[in-house]
Amino acid sequence: MELVCPAGNLPSLKAAIDNGADAVYLGLRDDTNARHFPGLNFNEAKARQGIRYARQRGRRVFMAINTYPRPDGWRRWTRAVDTAADLGVDALILADIGIMAYAHERWPQLNLHLSVQASSTNYEALRFYHENFGIRRAVLPRVLSLTQVRHVVENSPVAIEVFGFGSLCVMVEGRCILSSYVTGESPNTCGACSPAKFVEWKETAGGRESRLNGLLTDRYADGEQTGYPTICKGRFEVGGNTYYAIEEPTSLNTLELLPELMAAGVNAIKIEGRQRSPAYVAQVARTWREAIDAARRDPEGFVPRVEWNAELDKVSEGTQTTLGPYHRPWQ
Amino acid sequence: MRLALGPVLYYWARDDLLAFYEAAAQWPVDIVYLGETVCSKRRSFGFEDWLRVADQLTAAGKEVVLSTLALLEAESELKTLRRLCANGQYMVEANDLGAVHLLSGKAPFVTGPTVNLYNPATLRLLAERGLKRWTLPIELSRDTLEQMQAERPAGVETEVFAYGRLPLTLSARCFTARSHNLAKDDCQYRCLDDPDGRLMRTQEGQPFLVINGIQTMSAPTCNLIGEIDTMRRLGVDVVRISPQSYRTGEVIAIYHAALHGQMEAAEAREALQPLMPLGACDGYWHGTAGMHRVAIG
Repeated sequence: MELVCPAGNLPSLKAAIDNGADAVYLGLRDDTNARHFPGLNFNEAKARQGIRYARQRGRRVFMAINTYPRPDGWRRWTRAVDTAADLGVDALILADIGIMAYAHERWPQLNLHLSVQASSTNYEALRFYHENFGIRRAVLPRVLSLTQVRHVVENSPVAIEVFGFGSLCVMVEGRCILSSYVTGESPNTCGACSPAKFVEWKETAGGRESRLNGLLTDRYADGEQTGYPTICKGRFEVGGNTYYAIEEPTSLNTLELLPELMAAGVNAIKIEGRQRSPAYVAQVARTWREAIDAARRDPEGFVPRVEWNAELDKVSEGTQTTLGPYHRPWQ
Repeated sequence: MRLALGPVLYYWARDDLLAFYEAAAQWPVDIVYLGETVCSKRRSFGFEDWLRVADQLTAAGKEVVLSTLALLEAESELKTLRRLCANGQYMVEANDLGAVHLLSGKAPFVTGPTVNLYNPATLRLLAERGLKRWTLPIELSRDTLEQMQAERPAGVETEVFAYGRLPLTLSARCFTARSHNLAKDDCQYRCLDDPDGRLMRTQEGQPFLVINGIQTMSAPTCNLIGEIDTMRRLGVDVVRISPQSYRTGEVIAIYHAALHGQMEAAEAREALQPLMPLGACDGYWHGTAGMHRVAIG
């Protein structure tokens, strides 16, 4: 089982590699990837340095080009594919069918992975991408239970990667446009969910308010922990009750499911968080490296160590973690 | 331009569905999409029921398209999908790439608004595999549509979601069950209580979203009634109306009149106001936030 870690910049890439990542994934400094945040990501020179650093240590580098080009942006996306091919990345992580067709035709030797943003939750969809573009791996959206993941793996024509840790999308990735409904920009079109330029914090008599493009997403009492105002993690009123109508601001942690994910035949675990610090990446990579090695040595006797979860809790978003969709009661 | 009635996105009781389609047979609508696209636990109609209604609507002169579930997770859902895709009689609206795969090269198909079709290269590839009509994804604008139309392959029609609450996203979680403090596995079919979904307001009381089981929708109704001339100019072939539990027939009649030059845009807009109790939105079409009102006043 491969450990795939996020790299938002060169220090994070090095932190991931130094702490046991088998592979890192990164993006270019534009809207061709789903973490298009100010100050984040790689230009060509930095990407080249990163790839060299990883190669010297026998690790792999994947490039995410996983947003959806509209006609007027098309060339930016094909250029990103050409850049990736020129850099010699180990795989491209793609979501858009048009871009996949381009990459497959122009660079037939390139190893293609299906991004979580392609929103493929079943093996019939995976067969489409495999038959048409020869993808070799798919990242599953965070909507399937462990039983469902197992079933996909059994029938999938390609290797399967799942999310193990990090911020949790509650919606099926690639088909959520809550962000553009409020701001005009979505992960699909602009590479960011609830872009920071639309976020506003205000101190009022009623408490601290978070707004997204003017829309009130939450109101916090004194001393209450605040979270980034993505819509799915705000508090709204339904049927006379005000609560986290979609989801509490928890993050995903599947450490305890590791032996089961291995037994299910999952090929890789993905850590979310290209937008997080090198310290986060180092911490999470180190912990998951130890856990994967321990689960490999003794899958039967595997129990997550208390200190692992304590370390992961320190860097989690919100105050709690969840097994998310993998755990049936969550659904 | 032709008029289409989209699939019912909400959970309605069997008798209500039967009455709805009995009425629809008389409405001036050209195409009717049938089937459950949101939640496989909704079983007012089984596969045979849908086919029976399809036959009735066909007899009434409608073009019928069978719609597939948008979020497929369980094998039982894939089984239904295979049966639907192999029905051999009616065209299928694929709402997921799994459905596209099953239909590719085997039968002509339509893509619904949850298939990510953002550029002409994607359109061309799907056209080679049997795409006959595509629906503009909800978040794309008039300007993007114009660029897409310029490179649209021959023989492919274009449809625009013109009226109705916007389907914005899907999840493995059920937000309706959650709002009743129920687990999804024991949802008690509470979606039946809200034939137009369950309203979610901001803490300032602004109607914001509507929860519809695992789907989240806009609270205001998207309404592009004033854009019919633009759509015609851009070569749009089909205008979609998404069903609501009340007075859908009137919505159809107004759109039909506007499409056929029997009603001015301003008059049609006025007539639609009372049919959208939480207001209207048209931001996406105009290239801005979907919730905004740009041209509809």
